[in-house]
Amino acid sequence: MIDITILVSGAAGQGIQTIGDILARTTSGAGYYVFSWQDYESRIRGGSNSYWVRVSESAANCPVVKADVFLPLDTKSKEKYRPLLKEDGILVDEAETGDRVITVPFVSIAQKEFGNKLFANTVAAGALTAVLGIELEALNAVILDEFSRKGEDVVNTNLAAAAAGYTLAKKRCEGICPWILPSRTHKQYLIAGNEALALGAAAAGCRFIAAYPMTPSTGIITFLAKHKERLKIFTEQAEDEIAAINMAIGASYAGVRAMTATSGGGFALMVEGISLAGMTETPVVIVLGQRPGPATGLPTRTEQGDLLFAINADHGEFPKLVFAPSDPHDAFQKVVRAFNLADKYQTPAILLTDQFFADSQFTFEDFARDEVVNQSYLANPNDKGEDYKRYHLTETGISPRLYPGQSQHLVCCDSDEHDEDGHITEDLALRNRMVEKRLKKFELLRAEIQPPEENNSTDAEDVFVSWGSSRNAVFEAVNMLRENDAKVGAVHFTELWPLPLYAFSSEKNYHMVESNATGQLGRLLRGEYSLKVTSTIARYDGLPLDHEYIMEMFV
Amino acid sequence: MSMVEVADYRSDAENQWCPGCPNFGILTALKRALVALAKKPEELCLVSGIGQAAKLPHYLKCNFFNGLHGRALPIATAINIVNPELTTVVVTGDGDCYGEGGNHFLHTFRRNPNITLIVHNNQIYGLTKGQASPTTDSGDKTRLQFEGVEIAPLQPLTLALLHGCPFVARGYAGEINHLSDLFVEALRFKGFSYVDVIQPCITWGTHPASWYKERIYKLPPDYNPHHKEEALRRAAEGGDRIPIGILYRDDKPQKLFGDYFRAKIYDGKLTELGFPQQQTIAELIDGFRTHKLEQSKGRKEVIV
Repeated sequence: MIDITILVSGAAGQGIQTIGDILARTTSGAGYYVFSWQDYESRIRGGSNSYWVRVSESAANCPVVKADVFLPLDTKSKEKYRPLLKEDGILVDEAETGDRVITVPFVSIAQKEFGNKLFANTVAAGALTAVLGIELEALNAVILDEFSRKGEDVVNTNLAAAAAGYTLAKKRCEGICPWILPSRTHKQYLIAGNEALALGAAAAGCRFIAAYPMTPSTGIITFLAKHKERLKIFTEQAEDEIAAINMAIGASYAGVRAMTATSGGGFALMVEGISLAGMTETPVVIVLGQRPGPATGLPTRTEQGDLLFAINADHGEFPKLVFAPSDPHDAFQKVVRAFNLADKYQTPAILLTDQFFADSQFTFEDFARDEVVNQSYLANPNDKGEDYKRYHLTETGISPRLYPGQSQHLVCCDSDEHDEDGHITEDLALRNRMVEKRLKKFELLRAEIQPPEENNSTDAEDVFVSWGSSRNAVFEAVNMLRENDAKVGAVHFTELWPLPLYAFSSEKNYHMVESNATGQLGRLLRGEYSLKVTSTIARYDGLPLDHEYIMEMFV
Repeated sequence: MSMVEVADYRSDAENQWCPGCPNFGILTALKRALVALAKKPEELCLVSGIGQAAKLPHYLKCNFFNGLHGRALPIATAINIVNPELTTVVVTGDGDCYGEGGNHFLHTFRRNPNITLIVHNNQIYGLTKGQASPTTDSGDKTRLQFEGVEIAPLQPLTLALLHGCPFVARGYAGEINHLSDLFVEALRFKGFSYVDVIQPCITWGTHPASWYKERIYKLPPDYNPHHKEEALRRAAEGGDRIPIGILYRDDKPQKLFGDYFRAKIYDGKLTELGFPQQQTIAELIDGFRTHKLEQSKGRKEVIV
């Protein structure tokens, strides 16, 4: 069973991103399941960053902590990451020689043979392709795709550089490299979390995004801006996150689906806007890509530290939706769902992701194969007669929503408590009716929420309880533990607020598995369901959860 | 004969302003301007934040979004992008726009959306009962700055002129006809038009209305509003002389916020776009397919 992890390390700006991306696409193009993730510092140049590529025969889509192959681009990162190379792992190095070392002087080859050390990355990618026993054609296909825009010369030099690295490594691999990965004909998709979110938003008919750049969410507006001509979406970099969410709310009030994306600090600035969307009953979708806090924290690493913040991100009381997709495939569907439900219940929807989810690339045999069903929940202005009231009190609490300029009807919205016409009111009996109107929608929304996903939880004595992007790592831990006859299972939440109905058993031990220090979902479940939590497996060092970490902490 | 009358703008909402507040003069001037332009209530969208000025949309029949303190400009900017056919007007006060919303004020000049900004500038916080606003004069004693305001007032007109605002005017709430004319010009202007309206606060103001009356003067008939240097000089006048009128207007065709989108992507109301063709999305998703080995086969001759 092929399951190989390759680690490329180097200083920021040295090109590990290029090598990593090319390797991921090469192995994926050869028909293997690829999962890639990154660990980087908050700087443009220098430091020690890593790019991990896990290549497997069947779906993994989660990280492992030890590498089978290690290619460092500088000595500093070589020292830092070398302990993560397995004892029988293979080092691919510019100069070092030894038993389990493939020496490929990529920099000097690039300089001497191709006249520019820039080609070192391609030489290195060629060497890694050889080490994995992948056909050179798989790499060539990626090079053609990647460089054809830059002209024939660039393509040919890169092809030659790849071949040079490949040929040299192939020779040195004899008797050392155990793998042969013949090309398979699997049709598959390699896609990162942010890309899936952006695609989902586009599929949902989002026509407006305003955002302030903030890691790890910047990729969403960048993707949409890159494809704005095709998607007909207006993208704007706001002066701050407060402007960003207000612009999205303004666009939504004016009649289109609109969104914003940020991380914890920016989200903190948006909170008054979320409350505004709740009070004015204006649908809006907000992506909160979590990173470790508090304050600026570890700005380029990962954490699930904002769950309770997201759920409670409001002054006052109103219905709100919080989803935490488990992977890009799930995210694509969830964004569409979030837009539909936000529209239907005229309320804000938050998509809770994290740096690990945003930057990692996942493999899917098929992607977004289900037809996207977009539903408009706007009222028909012709049904409304003379007397249209934006906040008409109805049985369900859902009032007919029109947008300004759609018809003769005036659309009046207010952040103050208002009457049915949208005018400020100090009528306290009416205040009660309006609060109840908004909260009625919460109960209807709850009925729409999907239950958590179970994995072997029926016969399990010990059940992991997790949420969001850790799904695949938790399920992998369950599978490994069950192979050793442990009666373990999992319950994984992706729709978190309103909290879905779920019957926890008093017979089982529940172990929270969360990327935060205080077990936030555990606290939520204790409060809402009086769940007795047996233990909490917490990770808060900024690295993603992986099955080995979970198994080690579960004793 | 205009198709629209002042009565068409009558709102039934109970007015919460103090009796005798100069805000009523601003409301009257705005209604007159809208009638002069034959603008129908459904063609108008007022956007406001928080404060006494921000309540104005309730007292004039129209579409409105009365949002959060300081946040009217980003809301209005987005409404204008989604529906450029609406006449979008922000109604705000000095605390709302220059204090809480200061960052949006600056960046809206950079964007130059086709909207109008009307600031009721009474140089005081009214609704919170008499604290200094960003435009309260240094030394003025307030209900919070007991010894007098220590910091310098903001110069909003100067800021606007320096940041490329193409239409900068100042009016006086006591000169209703003059103000109404200013509003007509501002609403007609294609680009970001900004009118700061001096509005003495009869309850908390640090100066009585008579103080303003003595200092307000209309820009002379021969004043040329196309000279930015002269506009800057007039905007910097303070204390004894407060000019009212159009200080500056750039009548050259404006580069407006959203021009690129309208020219290259879609020229119209975004609401008309409806839901996307799923084929477009499918094509984009196809770009993430990695199994493309077939492509390289024809290129084998170039492989070394």
